[in-house]
Amino acid sequence: MSTTSAEIKPGKASLLYDPKIRGYVYQFALLAVVGFLIWSAASNAIENLRAQKIASGFGFWHNAAGFDINQKLIPFSASGSTYGQAFWVGLLNTLLVASIGIVLATFLGFFVGVARLSSNWIVSKLAMIYVEVIRNLPLLLQLFFWYNAVLKPLPNPRQSIELPAGFLLNNRGLYVPDPQFGPGGNLIIWALLIGLVATFVFRSWARKQQAATGKQYPIGLVALGLIIVLPLLVYFATGRPITFVYPELAGFNLRGGIQIFPEFVALLVGLTTYTAGFIAEVVRAGILAVSKGQTEAANALGLRAGPTLKLVVIPQAMRVIIPPLTSNYLNLTKNSSLAVAIGYPDLVQVFTGTVLNQTGQAVEVVAITMAVYLTISLVTSFFMNIYNKRMALVER
Amino acid sequence: MTDATTEMAPYAFVRRETLEQQPAPLSVAGPLAWVRQHLLSSPLNIALTLVCVYLVVDSVPGLVRFYFLDAIWTGTSRDACLADKVGRPVGACWAYIADRFQYFIYGSYPIPQRWRVNIVFVMFALGVVWLLWTSAPKKKLGIFFFFVLLPISAYVLLLGGPGAERFLGFCLMVTLALAALYVVLSFAPQLVRFNIGDAGLAVVQQLPVWKRFFGPKQLVLFALAIFVFLSLLASSPGLPRVDTGLWGGMTVTFLIAAVGIVFSLPLGVVLALGRRSRLPIIQLLSVIFIEFVRGVPLITVLFMANTMLPLFVPQEYSPDRLLRPLVGVALFAAAYMAEVVRGGLQAMPKGQYEGAMSLGLGYWSMMRLIILPQALRIVIPGIVNTFIGLFKDTTLVTIVGIFDFLRTIEATLVDPTWATPTTRATGYAFAAVFYFLCCWGMSRYSIAVEKRLAAGQKR
Repeated sequence: MSTTSAEIKPGKASLLYDPKIRGYVYQFALLAVVGFLIWSAASNAIENLRAQKIASGFGFWHNAAGFDINQKLIPFSASGSTYGQAFWVGLLNTLLVASIGIVLATFLGFFVGVARLSSNWIVSKLAMIYVEVIRNLPLLLQLFFWYNAVLKPLPNPRQSIELPAGFLLNNRGLYVPDPQFGPGGNLIIWALLIGLVATFVFRSWARKQQAATGKQYPIGLVALGLIIVLPLLVYFATGRPITFVYPELAGFNLRGGIQIFPEFVALLVGLTTYTAGFIAEVVRAGILAVSKGQTEAANALGLRAGPTLKLVVIPQAMRVIIPPLTSNYLNLTKNSSLAVAIGYPDLVQVFTGTVLNQTGQAVEVVAITMAVYLTISLVTSFFMNIYNKRMALVER
Repeated sequence: MTDATTEMAPYAFVRRETLEQQPAPLSVAGPLAWVRQHLLSSPLNIALTLVCVYLVVDSVPGLVRFYFLDAIWTGTSRDACLADKVGRPVGACWAYIADRFQYFIYGSYPIPQRWRVNIVFVMFALGVVWLLWTSAPKKKLGIFFFFVLLPISAYVLLLGGPGAERFLGFCLMVTLALAALYVVLSFAPQLVRFNIGDAGLAVVQQLPVWKRFFGPKQLVLFALAIFVFLSLLASSPGLPRVDTGLWGGMTVTFLIAAVGIVFSLPLGVVLALGRRSRLPIIQLLSVIFIEFVRGVPLITVLFMANTMLPLFVPQEYSPDRLLRPLVGVALFAAAYMAEVVRGGLQAMPKGQYEGAMSLGLGYWSMMRLIILPQALRIVIPGIVNTFIGLFKDTTLVTIVGIFDFLRTIEATLVDPTWATPTTRATGYAFAAVFYFLCCWGMSRYSIAVEKRLAAGQKR
């Protein structure tokens, strides 16, 4: 090398050592390798599919499904429904369990997270045991436990366990009274909606007023009146139109009421308790991240414990809590795919399970399923980012 | 002093010595005060304490009675655990665990061949201790052992058969060739002058023969020892092929976890470097891979590996049933590992990069010698936490039909030999204890490392 470097003029290196050109070469090589991998995979797939006589393309979407799904939010039947409809049934079931699970897990997680910080020794220790046990066991084991060890051995419908308010629990699931809306029943729903909107409007108006004049308005009382008292008034004014059909024993089974399948209950309980364990840790870390000086400063300003928490600690803790909370919500949604292990008809069980087995079109089915989860992930993180931005520190 | 004493004279008594220390009053210290402060400090706390005490009193004695006092510890069939046969209330049926214990560890692995699994277990434990025990000697040798020798040995020992033996022979030849090369070089280091330079050569020549090229030579000798050991095993007791369909139990659980860590960590480092790269195409491809994998559930990745992987390769190379989920798990874990490593890379102060560059190091030397050793050290807790997640996720292979530990439990539960009302509760409790001990132990380790790292920062 010493001989060549003498010949080259100072400031000019060999092309071999030009970082720009090296970069191009590396990237081109990587592209070529990836391209070759994709090409060979695709050509092999075409070859194999032809050999196994499996159709390709999305034509199967409109073919008759020929199987039934026990839990469906939209009409679906073994005769006459298509694979496309099966997809929607599965997707809706996934979204149903995920959305309810997210709400419940948030409540339980915040509760446990605050309990872990409690000054009460036994409360904090119990919360710690809960978090440690839940977080260190596989979710699948917990689902098996809830489904096989808790719900399956329940008595048969004839010996249902009677819960308060007409709820019945047996090995076919949880039976809930079915509300029936008589004439005027819709008005109550409308009243509730109007109450919610009015509360929202009043709250933002009150906040603006407080910012402008310093006068405080009783938001809590007004909300109570609008959301609870107003629908109740309408309920009595229209002559109590809501009646409940209670589940009753008829033969060997129960009739009436809404049946919630044990698979759904097991999955919901499992996902909620599991994710709550993680959310609890997030909440604890968030509250601990607010320095003690903030609380002391608020006290020095004369704020009492309630307003200190509401106006000083929680807003700052939320800033730390929200990003990991988002990823826990996404994890819950993705973990709902474990439904396939206990037979809850979610997207994976219906589509990647039954439809894939019937059609054999692995590439299309798996691609659609993955696309759905990717979309859910991206949409959730998009909205959470917006919220995060609103909560973020505003610096001058 | 005398003045003072005379002034004090009118007083009847003046204490001359200090009082002995008194214990703090009962209302401030001691168990009673503790109870008052930590359990009964306010009406709300009193209510909470009562509720919690009720919960504990309501559940714990029942659990203790079920799992210990009323439990059946010995027996050979379900009759031992049936209440009407025993004549008393029956709790957990530990006899069933004892009876099926071998199955839980080895699955259906042929009984005369199980010593092979044991050797792999011992090697795995050795590798784990070597890597995780922070003051263990010869860390580089440990890394080489865990990431190169252990996978090869596990493959040869667990699978066996002519294919594995041929592979072992190949490894042995390569190592022998390398060993021979080092012997030659030790006597004639002049041959590598072009690589180590004149100054390096001078240093090497000063050393006695057996100490020249010591580091790499050690690796080769270690590999040689392991391979010779394996070859001896292959020749004398023989290593007949054991189909992966027979593998099961904790063996498979640990295998998936080990494959996950062994392949995901290097791949994760590469992906993290790619994501931080300034070359747009490399960065784009890394980001796409990482975000794609992190956006989908592991189950769909496993389904993809299970159904699409065989399509993507020519029919005659169709991957083994066990290999498919292994590939899926490794790729899945790599994406998560990449994000952890990226955190470490971003935490490195810019001065480290600039310092390395000002010393004239190129990209790879800078990463290998300066950045990665520091970045990886500070993300050890993150890596361990990812690994805990990976270990829990190994249970998902159950869904694509692999007999991992959880699946062997489920399989024995449907077996009529041990069908009793309490078998299921016992099996799940056993599985829970196993997973809890593994995951909890790892999380303790990660917390300890975190503390040690923080101690270094505090100074």
